[in-house]
Amino acid sequence: MGATRFERLELLGRLEPMHLLSPFEYEFFRRGLFAAIMVGALCGYIGVYVVLRRMSYIGHGLSHAIFGGAVLSYITHSNFYIGAGIWALFSGALIHAISRRRWVGADAAIGVVTTTSFAIGVAIISTYRSFTRNIEAALFGNILGIAPQDLWTMTAIALVVFLLLFVIRRQLLFATFDPEVAHAYGISTDKIDFLFVMLLATTVLASTQTMGVTLVAAAMVIPPVIARYLTKRFSSLLIISPIIGALCGATGMFLSFYLDVSSAATIVLTAAAVFIVLETILIVKQKTSSRAAVN
Amino acid sequence: MNSHNHPHSHVHGSLHPHGVEEPVAPKVGATPLVNITDVSSGYAGSPAIEDVSLKIWPGQFVAVVGPNGGGKTTLLRTMLGAVPLMRGRVTIRGEAVRGSALERVGYVPQLETIDWNFPITVEEVLLMGLFRKNHWLKRIKKDDLKKIDALLDRLNLAGLGKRHIRELSGGQQQAVFLGRALLGDPDLILLDEPTAGLDIRSRDDVIHFLHEINHQGVAIVITAHDLNWVAAHLPWVVCLNRRVVAEGRPQEVFTSAVLQETYRGDMVVFLHDGMIMIGERPHA
Repeated sequence: MGATRFERLELLGRLEPMHLLSPFEYEFFRRGLFAAIMVGALCGYIGVYVVLRRMSYIGHGLSHAIFGGAVLSYITHSNFYIGAGIWALFSGALIHAISRRRWVGADAAIGVVTTTSFAIGVAIISTYRSFTRNIEAALFGNILGIAPQDLWTMTAIALVVFLLLFVIRRQLLFATFDPEVAHAYGISTDKIDFLFVMLLATTVLASTQTMGVTLVAAAMVIPPVIARYLTKRFSSLLIISPIIGALCGATGMFLSFYLDVSSAATIVLTAAAVFIVLETILIVKQKTSSRAAVN
Repeated sequence: MNSHNHPHSHVHGSLHPHGVEEPVAPKVGATPLVNITDVSSGYAGSPAIEDVSLKIWPGQFVAVVGPNGGGKTTLLRTMLGAVPLMRGRVTIRGEAVRGSALERVGYVPQLETIDWNFPITVEEVLLMGLFRKNHWLKRIKKDDLKKIDALLDRLNLAGLGKRHIRELSGGQQQAVFLGRALLGDPDLILLDEPTAGLDIRSRDDVIHFLHEINHQGVAIVITAHDLNWVAAHLPWVVCLNRRVVAEGRPQEVFTSAVLQETYRGDMVVFLHDGMIMIGERPHA
């Protein structure tokens, strides 16, 4: 990436295929692009359930909870996916168990678990100051620094999550839409809820290196919200949302290359821009139709 | 069906549309479909219903009436095994309420509990009725889709399968959720306030359809608030205010004394053109 930001922007402005393909010369970009598309699709898919189950806060909380595990895996020199993974699943199980106790309430339970876990990470960092770069990667993502073996691990995790979500999709839909009747119809809603939280924790784990713990929740929330503007059918939502997630991931990667801005932030801002455009169109449409109705 | 309080124990009835009543006694030795014995149940250690004993017989059509907070929904949910029992026993076809005992029980919740902004179509709601239990790998077959199409026709919803559920009228919405319950080929359907919020025409459509299902041998238990509607259309009533106050045919149960005890309010009952009419007594 020898060219300056302005030189790269100039290349982008020319819109010539050769210049648009120039980022592919770099292996780190190719790996990053693949990771962004995969994480975008995965977060977009599971995000449909996250949004419809009103669990956005759980996604946000789990990503922060993983931070404690990430820090611990760094100081113990253990594999990130094993250390942070165990931590994430444990946090997910804890959140699930506490949120079922009516007197606490799900939001408070998540707050207790995730902030405690995040605080453990911060406390360890304040003691060991030697790994600031790794911590920055965990916080804000380091998509361009993803190693080939990390990419393989992420791909394997994503495939397992996709497969399990596909297998339980009907029961998950029933338990999401109408949990009371689903339970009466013999669906183990408790088990489904638990499995879903585990899959969510695994998704957050797979996405952390790409998006960072601070931005991963946005990748799970914005694509399904955009998809809801485009369809009223649940089965279509499960197709459109991951496509939007993948497209925003790819577009964000290209823009971040040319703008020389953080990739994770650019991916989220790309998705947010699409959301703002669609919302504006909807508002204008509604105003136009209400004016037409008055006239 | 019986209770501690009612003299007409073990009597069940069916009603033809438009209030033509035809009480039928249960067969001697017949097993009740649902048998609730001395049940107290509720949430967080606090009973919502107490000492309730009822029997629902195959093919029976029953309305449960009572004040808000009187335990109507809890009674239905207790039959589904969804509310912890503090005392007593509930059986369906002689089995404890769990797993296989519930396989042929349909449940239609109050429409107000549905998230109408949920992105889901009529067809997708109906498909849920085919996925009872944890059949993870069960696939939708052509026969299933044919079943859905036939049901849409039967519910007068032909051509509306791809519509979002919010785009339907109140009566059509109720029909969709009733249709989902029917897909499990039930012999008992529990409906929580199926006429709440519906206009007169829609309520009429719903009761006609319920009678049609009932005449095919499906037992139906509904909760309702409109006593005049219940008196006009249903053959058997249970008055519930945490405990069973009375049960029987509307003309026997709907008396000022029973309604006073059930609702803790002054109500007048009179006959008009052979129909029972219930009204609030105006304050002096």
